[in-house]
Amino acid sequence: MSKFKKDGEKSSPAINTASLPDIIFMLLFFFMVVTVLRESERKVIVQVPTATQLTKLEEKSLVNQIYVGRPVKKYQSVYGTQPRLQLGERFADVRDIPLFLEQHKIKVPEVQRAKITSSLRVDGDVTMGIVSDVKTELRKSNQLKLNYSARPKENR
Amino acid sequence: MLNNKKGSKKTSNEINAGSMADIAFLLLIFFLVTTTIEIDKGILVRLPEWSEEPPESIQLKDRNVFAVLVNANNELLVRNELLDISELREKAKDFIMNPRNESNLSESPKNAVISLKNDRGTKYKTYIAVYNELKGAYDELWDEECQRMYGVKYSDDLPIEMRREVKNKIPMILSEAEPTAFGDEG
Repeated sequence: MSKFKKDGEKSSPAINTASLPDIIFMLLFFFMVVTVLRESERKVIVQVPTATQLTKLEEKSLVNQIYVGRPVKKYQSVYGTQPRLQLGERFADVRDIPLFLEQHKIKVPEVQRAKITSSLRVDGDVTMGIVSDVKTELRKSNQLKLNYSARPKENR
Repeated sequence: MLNNKKGSKKTSNEINAGSMADIAFLLLIFFLVTTTIEIDKGILVRLPEWSEEPPESIQLKDRNVFAVLVNANNELLVRNELLDISELREKAKDFIMNPRNESNLSESPKNAVISLKNDRGTKYKTYIAVYNELKGAYDELWDEECQRMYGVKYSDDLPIEMRREVKNKIPMILSEAEPTAFGDEG
């Protein structure tokens, strides 16, 4: 009996790992799909303020990001320490906003264009002056859906 | 023994897929590291349309206007009184609903207008905090109204008719004035 058992143990195969690559690949594809490689280098320091009444922005393709903040140290020698705009990859001026919006708009199917939202990612320590200028420019470009990006506030 | 040998002979004819998992793992770890599941959250607002002409001034009764001023020193002036931001929400709710029918608060929620004005030197942080409190006041009122009308909490998942009904009862009228050029940097 004991002999038989030993024999059986020996011949019992190892766990079949043939399907392991498939499982891993499945995980891999999942992460590849959800990954958003940070598309642009952050050139301004942005620490968005905290708030409680937050709404989640749904479709990423319908959102364009406008960054406002002070330039990071690397660029301070060129651009100074005054708050600046970053649109896409570049430092920009308020006047560049219409073109930026247009460039984003043409990538969006026509039926969905009314749903385009601008997400303002503004550093908390920036003064309202530049933010008002941006808002005025957005209104002039008829981009009225706006999101003040913020972090959820803890312990409240 | 014989059995074993036969097995190894069989596998030698196939491509060894044992390292496939390792390769996949490597890729997986790479994507795991680079992934930033960044959820963008924020306060959603709708800007008024732009027009070249100055807006026509509408005369509103004083009691229907809740004027909030935020100056360059990040201080709050609400209806000509200095106020701490922690009291703003309650004060705004009180003004909108006017539960005790006071003569200096709004006639009805539909008449209530919140007017927000800031300096160019106001910190964005403060502005957002103020905006958040005002939005919070409305959110809480909508919640209470929804609770009363339908017995459910107000949320964006509710059917649009219900939300519209609630918002009809208590419309959010927030008017923002052009900021004064005070205390701006640069």
